[in-house]
Amino acid sequence: MTKQDFSIIGQPLPKIDAWAKVVGETKYADDFFLPRMAYGRLLRSPHGHALIRSIDVSRARELPGVYAVITGADLPRVKFGILPVSQDEEALCTEKVRMVGDAVAAVAAVDEETAERACRLIEVGYEPLPTLMSIEAALAHPEIRIHEYGDGPNIHKNVALQFGDVEAAFAASDLVREDVFFYEGNTHLPMEQHAAVAHATPDGKLTLWSSTQTPHYVHRLLPRILDMPAAHIRVVAAPVGGGFGGKLDPFAHEIAACRLSQLTGRPVKIACSREEVFYIHRGRHPVLMWIKTGFTKAGDITGCHLKTWLDGGAYGSYGVASTFYTGVINPVTYKMPVYKFEGARVFTNKPPCGPKRGHGTPQPRFALECQLDKAAEQLGLDPAEMRARILAEPYTKTANHLTVTTIGLGECIDRVVEASGWREKWRGWRSASAGASTAPAGKRRGVGIAASAYMTGAGTAIYWNSMPHSGVVLRADRSGGVTVLCGATDIGQGSDSILAYLPAEVLGIEPKDVHVHPADTSLTPVDLGSYSSRVTLMCGMAAIQAAGRLRSVLAQAVAEKLEVAAESLAFRDRKVGVPDQWERALTFTQAVELAEARHGVLAFAGSYAPPKRAGKYKGGGVGPSPCYSYSACVVELSVDEETGEVELHDVWIAHDIGRALNPLLVEGQVEGSVYMGIGEALMEGQVFRKGLHKQPSMLDYKSPTTLETPDIHTFLVETDDPEGPFGAKEAGQGPLLPVPPAIANAIYHAVGVRCDEVPITPEMVLKGLELRRKGKPARIGPEKIPLFKFKEALMVESAFGRPADAVAVRPFAQ
Amino acid sequence: MKSRLSLSVNGEAHDVLVPVHKTLLEVLREDLGLIGTKHGCELGECGTCTVLVDGDPVLSCLALPADLDGQEILTVEGMAEGGRLHPLQQAFAELGAAQCGYCTPGILVTAKALLAGRPTPTRQEIKEALAGNLCRCTGYTKILDAVELASLRIGHSGVT
Repeated sequence: MTKQDFSIIGQPLPKIDAWAKVVGETKYADDFFLPRMAYGRLLRSPHGHALIRSIDVSRARELPGVYAVITGADLPRVKFGILPVSQDEEALCTEKVRMVGDAVAAVAAVDEETAERACRLIEVGYEPLPTLMSIEAALAHPEIRIHEYGDGPNIHKNVALQFGDVEAAFAASDLVREDVFFYEGNTHLPMEQHAAVAHATPDGKLTLWSSTQTPHYVHRLLPRILDMPAAHIRVVAAPVGGGFGGKLDPFAHEIAACRLSQLTGRPVKIACSREEVFYIHRGRHPVLMWIKTGFTKAGDITGCHLKTWLDGGAYGSYGVASTFYTGVINPVTYKMPVYKFEGARVFTNKPPCGPKRGHGTPQPRFALECQLDKAAEQLGLDPAEMRARILAEPYTKTANHLTVTTIGLGECIDRVVEASGWREKWRGWRSASAGASTAPAGKRRGVGIAASAYMTGAGTAIYWNSMPHSGVVLRADRSGGVTVLCGATDIGQGSDSILAYLPAEVLGIEPKDVHVHPADTSLTPVDLGSYSSRVTLMCGMAAIQAAGRLRSVLAQAVAEKLEVAAESLAFRDRKVGVPDQWERALTFTQAVELAEARHGVLAFAGSYAPPKRAGKYKGGGVGPSPCYSYSACVVELSVDEETGEVELHDVWIAHDIGRALNPLLVEGQVEGSVYMGIGEALMEGQVFRKGLHKQPSMLDYKSPTTLETPDIHTFLVETDDPEGPFGAKEAGQGPLLPVPPAIANAIYHAVGVRCDEVPITPEMVLKGLELRRKGKPARIGPEKIPLFKFKEALMVESAFGRPADAVAVRPFAQ
Repeated sequence: MKSRLSLSVNGEAHDVLVPVHKTLLEVLREDLGLIGTKHGCELGECGTCTVLVDGDPVLSCLALPADLDGQEILTVEGMAEGGRLHPLQQAFAELGAAQCGYCTPGILVTAKALLAGRPTPTRQEIKEALAGNLCRCTGYTKILDAVELASLRIGHSGVT
């Protein structure tokens, strides 16, 4: 189909849920008020690492207004975790706490205030243990064990993969660079604090409404945690007030609300405070990185070797996947013939990290793109031209056996280079900054560029199975309306709207005619959740399949009535007919009635699972995706040499979206990603002191406001990917990736200071300027890497440059 | 200790009996059922809970209803009139300025206060007016666009 053939696709339509949101009618989890509802609070540990010697809840139970008080003893003694390989969490800790904020007891009471007061009456006897608050400390003290499992003392995961001979590649290179980078951890900071309402009913069933991005995984975990049949549990994701990966794990407050509801016979709501949200977060891992890359004189990459150390925090969470993600997506952007990746995730006594927008990939992207900038300078190349020259080849495999389909990165780079006036600014201002050391201090302008790639949906589920990753049930009724049931969870990205647009497009009706019922495990077919940028592609493909099945039944009925061939029929403007006899066309409603009379109830299913393309090696399941999105970014900023402050002026970002199903929503995702990248680059950091978060409030944890967010110029590049719904790829995460390195590169361009660490604070810039004035290397960043033995690398032949499989086997496609 | 209060919210008079320390945010949500105003931090840091008191933006998580006797409170639920959306609401929906939508009510009423005092603000003035309202989804771009569009439309229609 060409763009002109679409009626809905490509239109900047309002989201279907926008109207409720602008009048304040959208009901988030905290907006549920049920009759007889009790309010819960959790008692959390004040210690970073301690044994629990005793818990006395008797005084709390006696407080008037308290309905129930529970500890870990009131729950089955099982540990759980989102990944099958990391079952290390308890909703209420029984023997040991591993971070400040670990929950040890929960109260349900007549109101929050009473619950809070009851929590203060609970007496917990702790025996404090030494806390390990950094990668270095955790490695240096193997005698202090945070967990008893893993790949070594305080080592959660240790991986090593090698695809081809990197040492030989380095030996044959014109330039080999080794650099060390650090990316501080940060948090999602969704505007909505996590909340859950549980309602156990006298029939022995349980409903949980929660601000979760993955009702299915919560539904899968609860039966074991609560020791009750899955069939008697219903999980509903309320509209989520911002997720970014922070609502993807099963949380203590959800589980405690369920148990308290069972014990009290009342609905129980637990809404987390903002401080609690900072502690329970599962945000961006702090990652220390060593990267060695070889180049030819022309700027081609000959090979790359990356080592990453992730500060995982106190629990596994998604950490095994995060560890792989710090390595496996790197070879997707540029030609990288051979590649070696070693990664280790370390347990510390901090809140556990997990997936945040870009899951594990912004950190190595920062390292690689900053290193490319340094290499370009050494080689005397324009960093934009160098990148454009070394792009990965469409429809090939990477060194680590990932299949890449369409690549719009060349056009993305062209667009941002042209729009930003890159060539003039980069050449012109460079000479100015080169002389800056003698010029009087002032504000200096710079531009920086970076590029990136990201996956459009994980190719494998978090638990091994052969079922669909996304399913849709679509029903047409006699009103001419269509109902779509799908487990997809709208976290603001617009998945409900996609589920209306795509069937409307296929059936020739309006999005308003489509009623979407999402994210309810009792009603909707499974969708795995809003993570890994998978939703538009996967639920979109399922919706198109279901709508296509309805369309073909409608077409048969109309064809019979009009005595024409079914293939000759068009569906548009709420009518079905032959285009050159449009006056004879039937209304969509008439078509539904004819078809229902002929076929019976009109309900059809659509199923989607990604093509099976995982590399045939252990670990090959992380990284494959139906297709990859690409982004390029130019940042223009100025640096104040007096204060070290960085002021952003403009960000030009081009994103290969495959096809923009709704350009307005895609732009919104791109702009939001750029904004979040800016925060990570310049101000956001989760930092701790003696186990305590240093800034667990929105005032102290700095994030960009309207005043710090520059003008963002977005360009959408369409490549019509054969794997995506009407050609679409992801937009929600990838465009974050090039922003932090583009900022760091622009700061270097402005004042000649290399910041190999984010967030880049004014203090760091000033320190760099001071070094520069003294004639020393003006580099700020980590000086060394830990003494650490990675495991023996699994040697796999590089698949670089091999053609993509001609026909990808996609289950359920027929 | 509870006290009886008379509050005027969205043009309607309400008598409520609430503990004296209960915040305006809690009273609006829990006693009056006006759930459009959201909790964001309960510390006056994020702007999510903003409502208008006599036309001025106030953080309802820090405001005590007892102090607001006789004053007119406006929440997002009071912006539409007679089933017609306020131009800001219309523009926010049309331009994709509400993603997750959680910060939207607070931003809408803050923008309404801005436009009441300054019907055709510059982009910089809009940024300054909204600098106390955090949004994690949009990068603010579509929000600023929507306020500009609403300002333009109000200029043509005279709605306030």
